[in-house]
Amino acid sequence: MNKYVERLFNGIIKENPTFVLMLGMCPTLAVTTSAENGLGMGLSTTVVLVFANLLISAFRKIIPDGVRMPAYIVIVASLVTMVEFIMKAYTPDLATKLGVYIPLIVVNCIILGRAESYASKNPVLPSIFDGIGMGLGFTVGLTCIGIIREILGAGQIFGAQILSLDWFTPITIFVMAPGAFLVLAFLVAAMNIVRAKMDAKGKPLAKPSGCISGDCANCGQSAMCTGKKAE
Amino acid sequence: MEKLLLIAIGSAIVNNVVLSQFLGICPFLGVSKKTETAAGMGGAVIFVITIASFVTSLIYKFILTPTNTQYLQTIVFILVIAALVQFVEMFLKKSMPALYQSLGVYLPLITTNCAVLGVALTNVTKEYSILEGVVNGFATAFGFFIAICIMAGIREKIEYNDIPKPFQGTAIVLITACLMSIAFMGFSGMI
Repeated sequence: MNKYVERLFNGIIKENPTFVLMLGMCPTLAVTTSAENGLGMGLSTTVVLVFANLLISAFRKIIPDGVRMPAYIVIVASLVTMVEFIMKAYTPDLATKLGVYIPLIVVNCIILGRAESYASKNPVLPSIFDGIGMGLGFTVGLTCIGIIREILGAGQIFGAQILSLDWFTPITIFVMAPGAFLVLAFLVAAMNIVRAKMDAKGKPLAKPSGCISGDCANCGQSAMCTGKKAE
Repeated sequence: MEKLLLIAIGSAIVNNVVLSQFLGICPFLGVSKKTETAAGMGGAVIFVITIASFVTSLIYKFILTPTNTQYLQTIVFILVIAALVQFVEMFLKKSMPALYQSLGVYLPLITTNCAVLGVALTNVTKEYSILEGVVNGFATAFGFFIAICIMAGIREKIEYNDIPKPFQGTAIVLITACLMSIAFMGFSGMI
């Protein structure tokens, strides 16, 4: 049982996709205008991630190596389509707010990244827990950023006014596009400080591995873009 | 004609794909260190998105709609885009080696660029005709080209600035993107 708990801990804290690995930046910037949107996006990504990991891990011996990327993409795209329908049926408001970013979960690098680096090499159960851990880590990240932006931009949390408008003037720019870049910039800077501290302690954090590191040549996820296996 | 022009200006400048819709952030942050590589990436994106929006519009209109399988759009589009990028790469390698030299390295990176799928899906949601879809695709990609080239120009200057340690690297790039985004918000009165 211990290794399953370890997977959860790994996804939520140690290799948190938003704060540590810095993966999936497009949805992180786009849908965090409020805590509710962030939570919704995070949870829908979690569902896709868990089932994608389950299926890919189950089929890992059947899928030929040469066509594994297209195969993963078909699996993920089918799951995303199902999630989209379920959301349109049961949470139509949220589905409208998230709009095109729901189908775009297909190209979220967290999902293909976990498929490539974990689910394709490990048995089904650990893969499921890896998916849950990573998904919840992503959800926590998006919700935190959403809360920060919502408080500063509207004085609300989950739609409830917590800062009275009598004395608080909402900094509207935080719920608009530039605010997303600004909050993420400060997040990256804060993580740089944490990283330096942890390095000094001798317990270095995992390196950011997505596009945000700006280094395509040494990117662990490059297989998803180029279709070639990282050596 | 007027509608096409409005779509073009709207997608290229007012609702800039990177700075207000957050699509294609990856190459925008990853491949914007030098102006030449940024322009190469921008060119490749224009090329692929324009073709992809044409092909996906055709498929949506003549295959998915008649057979009533519009719900398959996400799956079909992503596969078509992935295959298309491979074909474009092979075609350029064979018949236009000069163009391949300048764009080749960026082409595979574009498959998972969410802007391509994003444009294809936007064309469908907004019920654009095929011509409008192509114009929207080209304009969106041109907006990407503008944004990444400006960003690369600024980053070349930033190299020589004295930046606080935690903000070095990606953080200062994001702050730059924030300021650019504020500037682009100024265009929102245009339409």
